[in-house]
Amino acid sequence: MTLNRLTHLQALEAESIEVLREVAASFERPVMMYSIGKDSSVLLHLARKAFYPSKIPFPLLHVDTTFKFKEMIAFRDQTAEDYGFDLIRHTNADGVRDGINPFDHGSSRYTDIMKTQALRQALNAGRYDAAIGGARRDEEKSRAKERVFSHRNASHAWDPKNQRPELWRVFNTRLNPGESMRVFPISNWTELDVWTYIYAENIPIVPLYFAKPRPVVERSGTLIMVDDDRLPLAPGETPRLETVRFRTLGCYPLTGAIRSEAADLPSIIMEMQASRTSEREGRLIDSDSVGSMEKKKQEGYF
Amino acid sequence: MISDLATPDTDLDLWLAQQTDKSLLRFLTCGSVDDGKSTLIGRLLYDSQLILDDQLASLRKESHNRTVGEEGIDFSLLVDGLAAEREQGITIDVAYRFFSTDKRKFIVADTPGHEQYTRNMATGASNADLALLLVDARKGLLTQTRRHSFILSLVGVKHVVLVVNKIDLVGYDQAVFDRIEADYRAFAKDLGFQTLAAVPVSALRGDNIVEKSERMPWFAGSPLVPYLEAIEVAQDRTQGAFRFPVQWVNRPNLDFRGFSGTVAWGRLTVGDDVLVAASRKPAKIARIVTMDGDLDSAIAGQAVTLVLDREIDVSRGDVLAHPGSVPDYSNQFQARLIWMNDEPAFQGRSYLLKIGAQVMPATITDIKFRTNVNTLEQAAANKLDLNEVGTVTIATDRPLAFDAYTTNPLTGGFILIDRLSNATLGAGTIEFGLRRAQNLTYQSFDVDRQVRAKMKGQEAQIVWFTGLSGSGKSTIANLLEKRLTAEGRHCYILDGDNVRHGLNKDLGFTEAARVENIRRVAEVAKLMADAGLIVLVSFISPFENERRLAREIAGDIRFTEVYVDTPLEVAEARDPKGLYKRARAGEIKNFTGLDSPFERPGNPELVLHGGTHEPEALADELYGWLKI
Ligand SMILES: Nc1nc2c(ncn2[C@@H]2O[C@H](COP(=O)(O)OP(=O)(O)OP(=O)(O)O)[C@@H](O)[C@H]2O)c(=O)[nH]1
Ligand SMILES: [Mg+2]
Repeated sequence: MTLNRLTHLQALEAESIEVLREVAASFERPVMMYSIGKDSSVLLHLARKAFYPSKIPFPLLHVDTTFKFKEMIAFRDQTAEDYGFDLIRHTNADGVRDGINPFDHGSSRYTDIMKTQALRQALNAGRYDAAIGGARRDEEKSRAKERVFSHRNASHAWDPKNQRPELWRVFNTRLNPGESMRVFPISNWTELDVWTYIYAENIPIVPLYFAKPRPVVERSGTLIMVDDDRLPLAPGETPRLETVRFRTLGCYPLTGAIRSEAADLPSIIMEMQASRTSEREGRLIDSDSVGSMEKKKQEGYF
Repeated sequence: MISDLATPDTDLDLWLAQQTDKSLLRFLTCGSVDDGKSTLIGRLLYDSQLILDDQLASLRKESHNRTVGEEGIDFSLLVDGLAAEREQGITIDVAYRFFSTDKRKFIVADTPGHEQYTRNMATGASNADLALLLVDARKGLLTQTRRHSFILSLVGVKHVVLVVNKIDLVGYDQAVFDRIEADYRAFAKDLGFQTLAAVPVSALRGDNIVEKSERMPWFAGSPLVPYLEAIEVAQDRTQGAFRFPVQWVNRPNLDFRGFSGTVAWGRLTVGDDVLVAASRKPAKIARIVTMDGDLDSAIAGQAVTLVLDREIDVSRGDVLAHPGSVPDYSNQFQARLIWMNDEPAFQGRSYLLKIGAQVMPATITDIKFRTNVNTLEQAAANKLDLNEVGTVTIATDRPLAFDAYTTNPLTGGFILIDRLSNATLGAGTIEFGLRRAQNLTYQSFDVDRQVRAKMKGQEAQIVWFTGLSGSGKSTIANLLEKRLTAEGRHCYILDGDNVRHGLNKDLGFTEAARVENIRRVAEVAKLMADAGLIVLVSFISPFENERRLAREIAGDIRFTEVYVDTPLEVAEARDPKGLYKRARAGEIKNFTGLDSPFERPGNPELVLHGGTHEPEALADELYGWLKI
């Protein structure tokens, strides 16, 4: 078959592979963030393609907040075993010692300690000069502003007002000592692109994305899944079984489920077409205030 | 996408196939500050019903106390995603938005109009096929309108829509629109745009965005969205000469050696003959490898791994091409350059150049002219300031493979990087390669000191360090040399150790011998400076007369006398080579500072206080003073 034009997904895939290879060729100690969600699954798939027949030439890093869904952890370990990549797990030991949790300390303090600070610790410990992430520009307004190769100073901070120009596909990958780069190979993918790619390429994802009866409680309009007995229940509050799924995955107490019957990929894609809300709606940490993502990124969050 | 709701009984695969068949249009908005670019994009998304309910709700809340249309929304908030942007009401950096209609997919880059952020507009333009150039109907064409137009033509955007916005504020007046359109067509006639349409709109009120506005019956053209859905911009990249910049050498084990990269241009088939552009070494394509299986052929845009039929030397940065149509291969070329840094671009400065996967030191050998963005006139210049555009010649340390930007943007567009801060300073598009015969720089000059120094990207000069033994002269000279070398300068240090043992080993320490010693050193420094070097001379040189002699020998070469003023007690306490100790013990005679005087320099260019400051700080001070 002679191809004359790449399809939209083929073009996106090729662009992302180019970015991944540029990272491998230009940095001394790259690492790929692996958050176990659908975007990470796509990223992992792209990395396998980018370097085939070689193995992925950098480790994967999972920052474990200790409040991830059980199914996510199981999926992570299975995936690492299936593909044989080098998986680094990091948890903020100080946070564990202090018993930091989203219930007593609030979502923003918890996120800061168990995610942002944990990430910084892990990146410093590994002396990584480039960290690849699965963020997309269509997710959120400040992400829409970010470069594919996003420069971070020695304290991992993003300076949104002073980003390096990024022309064509010529990426400036140079760093001064202590500085690092965050790299976003799937910047230009939309949520729909991600799902259609997962469908087209048959990429394994965490079962939580598919609808199934799950125990939930409803709190100010958000459905929280009772994943284990650490979720404090209010007096009179009892979990009930509802058929739900997740559009986005994070820490179980901070991620809202949606009522849905979509139990396979075609139904998910159909459902997305009809949806009138964005995927981040279910993420409690992003809606704290306008500009909260930008602020977190300035502090070193992904 | 919302507009073609897939119902659950549609066949998903059929629907997906339709999605895949849609073509993609990448466009940007540009134009002067406040002309309504962000509002237009917000309006476009809103009218195409692409704003989701939760986004709309938070938007309404935020629009409180801002300029809003009938819908009660400040549309610019949809794209101005940074806190500083929302506070100041201007766009600072590009926002990328993705949307699609029944007919097409779109990636839009909303760029800032403010002059200070022109580099971000260039960033957005570099990957776009089409530009919406906004003009405020009340203001007409402004400098930024023209500057952005020029940058569009520089990065090769071929399709432009002149969007005359805020037409509501001039009473939907056709005369205003006609005049602006005529002005612009006159200005843009030489910018090489293939299509240029004009449309009067009100972004705030939604006129002529998705549907024809009833308030402008006089306008016969197409509203914006239908125009964007229909325009043909596709350029068939599979037809041109094959180019494959090697990005990464794929070497999982001893049995496999592949070259990973993205086909930049053209098409490749297994069995094709290829050449490495630099070495001209030939090979045949044995395999085109992907994780989904080997391919028979690959086209522009595909990321693949190539295996050759024989072992030849290929590494990252090499470009593979078909033997009949190889890229240019030279270390000099002419280019258009847009400057993006507060520190100007200077002739003779050394930078890092990155093009494709090739990175190497490069020097701007000549700034031929600067283009006035208002009039498009060319004027002589010896530097390019922030946001200025000029035509320059560039020499690289090694030859590189490239094409003219107009034939292949992916092998003709480059960036310049600061060697110290690593910031991206400028972006350029190659016009043509210069062979010796074409190279005006070397044709019009005899080969003299200036020419040699310019080739090294520096001013040839002598820095003469004087001071007591142990005062820190050599330490400071070494630090300075390291820093200059890191920046790509070419330096050489002359000091007692490398001169006394060779050239001057016949000389003793009598007064006549000391003068001869200095004379020879000064002459050698002069020869080296004449060869274009920065010469750092580190000699005690205790006598004013000797130093004057050295300065005279240097003639018109820049000569900087640096007195490293370290008190004797301090120098003696340091005594790095144990010389003071030996002199005190009487083992060395005529030792400067003890039994031989040190004449304080009467008029040195710079005094460095070696007793109270660290050598690093002194080297910094000197570096700043020299402004090399
Ligand atoms: N009356 C009227 N006002 C408009 C129209 N379009 C934009 N505005 C107003 O013009 C002002 C500037 O709009 P923006 O969209 O922020 O302008 P911009 O071109 O994106 O500005 P920068 O990105 O900072 O260069 C805002 O107050 C808008 O409400 C229009 O069609 N009519
Ligand atoms: Mg704007």
